[in-house]
This record gives sequence, C-alpha cells and structure tokens, in this order.
Amino acid sequence: MAAKYDLRVFPGFRAVTLFCLAILYAPLVIVTIYSFNASPSITNWDGVSLRWYVDVFTGPDSEKFKYAARNSFIIAIIAATVATCIATLAATAILRGGRFRLRTVSFGLVSLPLMVPEIVTAVATLIFFNAIGFDRGLLTILLAHIAFCIPFAYLPISARMQGIEATYEQAAMDLYATRTLAFRRVLLPLMTPGIVSGFLLAFIVSLDDFIITNFVKGAGVETLPTAIFGAVKQGIKPNIMAISTMLLGISVVMVTLSWLVSRRDATK
Amino acid sequence: MAGGAASGGSSQSDTYAGARVWLLLPAWATLLILVVAPVGIMLVYSFLTKEFRGGVIWEFSWEAYDQFFFNRGLFGDEPPRIEWTYILIFWRSIWQAGVATLLSLAIGFPTACFIATRAPRQRPIWVFLVTIPYWVNLLIRTVSMKFLLRDNGPLNEALLGIGVISEPLHIVNTNLAVQLGLFYSYLPFMVLPIYAAVERYNFSLSEAAADLYAPRWTVLRRILLPAVKPGIVAGCILVFVPSLGSFLAPDLLGGARNFMIGSLIEEQFKGNAGNWPFGAAASMILLTLVLIILLFSARQQGRQEAR
Amino acid sequence: MNTSTTDAIDIRDAVKRYGDFTALHSVSLSIRDNEFFTLLGPSGCGKTTLLRMIAGFEDVTEGAIFLFGEEIEKLPPHKRPINTVFQNYALFPHMSVLENVGFGLEMLGHPMQEVRKRAGEALEMVQLSQFAARKPAQLSGGQQQRVALARALAPRPKVLLLDEPLSALDLKLRKAMQIELKHIQRDTGITFIFVTHDQEEALTMSDRIAVMSSGELQQLGDAREIYEQPRNTFVADFIGETNLLPVTVDEVQGGRAACHLPGGQTLTCDASAGVARGARVHLSLRPERVIVAAQPGVESLKATVRENIFVGTDITTIVDLAGGEEFRIRTSNSDRGRARIFEPGAGVFLNMEQGAARLLTD
Ligand SMILES: Nc1ncnc2c1ncn2[C@@H]1O[C@H](COP(=O)(O)OP(=O)(O)O)[C@@H](O)[C@H]1O
Ligand SMILES: [Mg+2]
Repeated sequence: MAAKYDLRVFPGFRAVTLFCLAILYAPLVIVTIYSFNASPSITNWDGVSLRWYVDVFTGPDSEKFKYAARNSFIIAIIAATVATCIATLAATAILRGGRFRLRTVSFGLVSLPLMVPEIVTAVATLIFFNAIGFDRGLLTILLAHIAFCIPFAYLPISARMQGIEATYEQAAMDLYATRTLAFRRVLLPLMTPGIVSGFLLAFIVSLDDFIITNFVKGAGVETLPTAIFGAVKQGIKPNIMAISTMLLGISVVMVTLSWLVSRRDATK
Repeated sequence: MAGGAASGGSSQSDTYAGARVWLLLPAWATLLILVVAPVGIMLVYSFLTKEFRGGVIWEFSWEAYDQFFFNRGLFGDEPPRIEWTYILIFWRSIWQAGVATLLSLAIGFPTACFIATRAPRQRPIWVFLVTIPYWVNLLIRTVSMKFLLRDNGPLNEALLGIGVISEPLHIVNTNLAVQLGLFYSYLPFMVLPIYAAVERYNFSLSEAAADLYAPRWTVLRRILLPAVKPGIVAGCILVFVPSLGSFLAPDLLGGARNFMIGSLIEEQFKGNAGNWPFGAAASMILLTLVLIILLFSARQQGRQEAR
Repeated sequence: MNTSTTDAIDIRDAVKRYGDFTALHSVSLSIRDNEFFTLLGPSGCGKTTLLRMIAGFEDVTEGAIFLFGEEIEKLPPHKRPINTVFQNYALFPHMSVLENVGFGLEMLGHPMQEVRKRAGEALEMVQLSQFAARKPAQLSGGQQQRVALARALAPRPKVLLLDEPLSALDLKLRKAMQIELKHIQRDTGITFIFVTHDQEEALTMSDRIAVMSSGELQQLGDAREIYEQPRNTFVADFIGETNLLPVTVDEVQGGRAACHLPGGQTLTCDASAGVARGARVHLSLRPERVIVAAQPGVESLKATVRENIFVGTDITTIVDLAGGEEFRIRTSNSDRGRARIFEPGAGVFLNMEQGAARLLTD
C-alpha cells in the first residue's frame, strides 16, 4: 500500500527542523549542564555540584552581582509597567479610535524602536542625554528602557485587542456604561491576557538588554548583563555560567507564562 | 514583527475616537523625546567637531563624514583619496549579515514549512519551542555559543570523541563564528514570518500543480515559494537588519580581526579614545542603509498586495 | 478478473478508511470512455474522497483503480494523465491566466512556443482569450471557473475530474455553464467525472449517474433510469420529489402486488424483485404522476385536500390520506391543470398513472 501522496510533506524538512531546534537549544543546554560542574575549570568535568550557585550568592563577586541584579530588576519592573500602560493606551487609540490621519504614523512610531538598529538607538540616546546635560545613571537606563520596551508590550496587546469585537464595549454602552466604564469593566478584562503577556515580554527585554544599557549607564552603574559582559571579557568562569543559567531560567519561565496566559481566551 | 497591525479591516471601530489624542499622547511623547529627538540630535552631532576627551565642540564640521570616506594623509594636506578602512568594515558587516541571513533562510524555511504543516493544535507548541531561545538574554546566548565552539569546548570534544576530526576546529575568532553567532541570534525572526505565510498558504494550489504534472520539488519552487515570498522577504529583513548593527556576536565571537559596524561605533564612545562625531556619522550611515532596505522592502510588499 | 480496456476508469472494491472511520465502503464502478459521468450524493457521502483517490491525492485503503486497464495506484498525481477542476479553482495567484493554463503543458516538457499556442487555444475554447494577460484575482468568479476548466483541459487529459465546479456560481451562470460544459465534453471527447450534490444538475448533464450515500454506491444508471426506477428509498427520495408511503404486501400474483396502507386503503401495482407476501415495504409515488379527481380511476386512493400552494410553473396540492399520511401532488399551472384544483376540505380521489407506483424494499 503506497503512502498517501501528501504535498504538505517535504522529505527532509522534519530533519532540518529537529536540527534547527538542536542548534537553538544546544548552547543553552550545555551552559546549564556546565553550571553544575564541580570543577573550577570550565573545561574539565568533575561531577555535579551546586558550588557555583553558592558562589554567586556568597563568593567574592557576590556583592557586585547582587547590586547589579537589584538594579536590573528594579529597572525591568518599572520600565515594563510604564511601557505596558503606554502601549495599552496607544493600542486603544490605534485600534478603537476610528480612522484618522496619524493612525499609520502612530503605529510606525510605536514600532520604531524595532526598526532602528539597537546600536543606533544606543548612540542616539547617549548623545541625547549628553546634549541636554542629563547625568548618566540608573534614571537614564530606565528612560531608555521604557522607550525600547513599548513595541514589545504593544504587539501582544494589539494582537489581543484585534481579536475582541467592538460589539462588546458597544453592548456595555448600550447598557448605560460610560466610555470609561466600558473600557474598565469590559475591554480591559478581556484584554488582560494580552496585557500580561505584553508586560512579561517587556520585562524580559529590559532585563536582557545589554547594548543600550552599556551606552547610557553611568560610570560604576551596572545591570546584570553589563556585569556579566565585564566578567566574560576576562574569560568565561563557572560562576558566570551559574548566573546565566538562573537568568535563562527566569526568561524561560516568564515566556512560558506569557504564552500560557495569551492562549487563554476569555471570549471563547 | 512590525506586521501590519495598522492596516486593520474595513470595519474600523471608533468607540474611543474622542479620547484618542489623550490615549496617544504618552506614546508620542515618550517616543518623540526618547527616540526621534535623539536621532535628530545624533544627526546634528555628526556635523560637529570632536572633543579629544569624548563629547563634542559646537562647531560645524564635515570632518566626521570626510574621515569616513576620504584619506587626506597624516596631516590632512594631501589630495583626498578614497578611504577604504571604514567602507570595508561596512562591507564586511553587510557580507557577514548576508551570510547569516542565508544560513537562517536555509534552516528557517524548511523549519517554518514543517511547523506550518503540523496539525493546527500542534503548531503553537512548535512555534513556542522555536521562540523560547530568542527570549533568552542575547549576551548569555552568545557566551554560550562561544563556550560551545571553543577549541577545547564541547563541540570539538564531541567531534574528536566520535572521530570525525583529528584536530580541533578553530571556529572562535573567525568570520564563521560571527556568522554562526548572528545566525543563532536571529534565527527565530526568519522562522516566524515564513511560518505565518505558509500557514496562510492554500495547499490546494500545490495539489493543482501536482495534478498538472509538476513533481513535488517543482511544486515547491514554482508555486509555494512565490506564494510565500512576502514572508521570506520579511524574514530576511528581520535577520539582516539587526545582524548588520550587531555588537555582541562580532565582539565576543569574532575577536579583534573581524570587526563589524557595531564594534566600530561602540569604540567611538568608549573612554577617551573616542570620536563622537565620527561615531554619530557612522550610526547615521548605518541608519540610512537600514531605512533604504526597509523602504525598498515596503515598496516590494506594497506591490505584492496591489496585485 | 477481466480487464476491459474500453473503460476509462475502473474502480474495483475500493475502500477508504481514515483511522477507524470508513469513508468509502467497497465501491465498484466502471466509467466508460467519452462519457459524462456524474457522482451524485449529499454532502459528506464520499464523492470528493473518491475523486481524490482517482487523482492520486488519497491512497486506496483496499481495492484498486484502473485507468484504461492499467493499475494506477503506484503513480503519483503528477504522473497520471488525469486533470482536476478544483472546487475552489486553485488558480495560481502569481501567474497570469495564460501562464496558469499553460502550466500543465510546460510541466509535461512541451516547448514554450507550443505551450503558449495550446494554452491560447484552450482559452479560446472557454472564450477568455482577451483575458490572457490578467491575474486570476482580476477575474469574476465565473471567469475564474472557466480558467480552471481551460487549465485542466489544456494538457488533454484522458480523464477530467470536476469537483462541484459550479457550486460557487449564481443560478443563472450555473445553468449557462452546465450547457457549456456539456458541449465541451462532447467536442473534446474527454471522459468527464463530475461531482455534484445537486440532483437537478446531475440529471441535466450526465450520460450516467452514480448515486452515493454514506460512502456506498446506491444506484448506477442514466438519468431516466435513476429517476423512474429508483432502486431504494434513498434514491427515490434524493432524486426529485416523491411521496413515500409505508405499505404491507397482501398478495403477489402475475407480476402485480396488492398491498394496503396503514389507514386500510388498498392498492395494486407492479411488483419489484424481492417483494413477497407479508413484506413491509415502501411505495414511491412521484407527485406529478398522480391526478386529483372527483371520480376514482383504475387505481385510486381517497384523500382530503388540505392546501394548494402556487409555485410558478406548478401548483402543489397537499392532501391528507385516510390514514393521516401527508401526500403531495404537483399539477402543471395551465388551464387544464387549474381545472383539476379543489378547494381545501374537499374529498377527492388520487388517480395513479400507469406504472407510477413503485415498491421499494429498502
Ligand atoms: N482527511 C480526512 N480525515 C478524516 N475524515 C475525512 C477526511 N477527508 C474526508 N473525511 C470524511 O470522509 C467523509 C467523506 O468526505 P468527502 O469525500 O469530502 O464528502 P463529499 O465530497 O461527498 O461531501 C466525510 O464524512 C468526511 O468527514
Ligand atoms: Mg466534496
């Protein structure tokens, strides 16, 4: 019995896909494995141990990393929150504000940080703060992150909003809700998965950003990525792999959450 | 990624039309002040005179662009010759980004096709698997790649172990390492738009072609590829553009000899050796290049839709 | 088994299963060369599945399919000299109309000059020559349909498969295309296998019709046979309109069967095979073959008029039989016909025409 002649199937494409996933995951898996290496050298394998995780929290570099981690998380939380609020409002205007002349321009503006190469944004932001005489420090990093995070928050939010028919809030207004109430009581709850998803993505993007941060941070100010970069410049050490694995774990957990949340559909 | 959310359907809801100025104000303010204005100021800076300890002197000058394109000798008094150093760095960046894009296409296209032809309920899971690594810190991924590719790293040990090679491969600090790093950094960007296009593709077109005597790979080449071309173009741009200005992959994987635009720019703003107007000018040239590519592709896509 | 080389397509005991769902139960069919053959059946009965098996897109779970005596199971679709007009046309959006029509010839390796010439001829056949340079999206639905037809005809296949090709067209265009398709089939001499769920369309166009239901072949025959001698209640009910009355057979003698209805009225009609005394069977009566009258005829049933409905060319009279069964009669809307219309409430006789009543055993 010959197999069905299926034109959706191309011989070899499955193999390429598995290869692709292998490439994507191999480095991450290997770094994770080696972060549990007992050996102080990164080349030898001396059995499983948690010593480098302990080292991250108590070792000679621990103060530096704790300081950097605190900065990173504070900036990520604030930047993601602000960016998500801005993106939610902008999505409402762009998708629920009728047709208007600046609509396409507004959308272009919101996605601008995705189109400009990151290094250019970094240079421009640095020059900007320099030109207006703004001292570089945590605040400059935060401002730059807010701008850069907006499109990442915007995309899931707008995708979500496009899936919600306008009849919902129209029905609410038909039942005597004001526009504001219709937004708060109907649109916002329906959009929650998109908003949560947008927040989490913005959070990761901020937490992970290196290039812009590296440009606009003041002397002595560090975030986790800049601290890691500085350490890596002196060679990859096992404690770096432990930090990387933790950061990797946070990203994976957040993305998974974001994915699960965005798949929940309140309208079904 | 910048997909056309703005060009929504014809039934455009206008519930919040009255409030749209206020709704858009925060976004406009933030992005105008923190992205558009800085790019404008950067343009201004690229025409200023350099201050030797970083920063600028507010005096108009062509110096930065002149230095980029022309060589006037050590003391600036010889007749101008074309300066190839920086043009070559740009060219190398374009080449590296191009190779990385082709690599991504070669792996990403079959992957996208494979995912788009799974059962509808399995597709999101595959897409998710492909996207997770993108959300992992680029720095960590690049470091991991370096760790994997080192001369005495796991890849070489594995290859030596199974006897495929007898000498470790020197990959780190070569062009290939940078290409692999870029490829690895942005591969999901290739897969996603192509996936979206193939998912929308109507496979009865493939059946019609097979019915008209086209063998399987001819169907792919003559029918499927042209139909998903917009997705392929989008994927190539999404990989090429960030690769072009990337900093981490060339810096960590390429070593000193495999300089790219990102490193060139970064250097101008580090410590005291920098030249801010020159860095701003290089950034402007990079931005112009990117905008040309984006405009070109937008026109291409527009023409596709007009059909 | 004898392999008749004159049959274009010979399907032998073909079974198709998807997992544990059986889409086709052992279908056997022979389709003659030069024939306009129709697969007719309600949606979901397996017509598309059968067509896709012939085209090569679905494998045959059991059984075999022969093309002019040759088994084609091993051939992939692109090696079968069979073309398909797809239900949604499946025109290649990035190619012009001419490129679409020439695609098959190009794939067969004909020189480009000949490809263009023959594609042009195919377009001429469907009267679309002036649209050769357009893209499919710039054509109306009816024009796209004709391009799809020209594209499938251009390589001169041995068999042309058409899967509900007219279902997306409006009524008027559909009627015109039915005639055009019929002419093209006659002129080219290509065997057409036409799929439709529209019985009227099937009756108008086909040389022979295969009626299918739930993955099984119900009856095979020409339009007249299928309409006038339905083999079972499904066919009788699906093709045209009919009155199906449950009856019990009292007596079978000399090819005639006497039966009675639940209400007690009796009736005699031609006995069909398998009808025996005591059998509970169905009586099928076409509404246009019964005459409403004040006086009984040779074979009559008593009834009371409930309602007359005007439907343009005809008048439908709904009556209640003595046992309470509903019965419909169609009378032509002519002077003669109108003379036979009775007011609601009137007691009437339903007089059967000779041979109008058929007994169906299942
Ligand atoms: N790929 C498939 N998998 C499972 N069942 C299928 C598949 N294709 C068709 N079927 C089932 O087979 C039956 C016949 O389908 P089809 O041939 O398309 O009917 P028709 O064309 O007569 O409307 C239907 O019940 C349909 O659900
Ligand atoms: Mg069908």
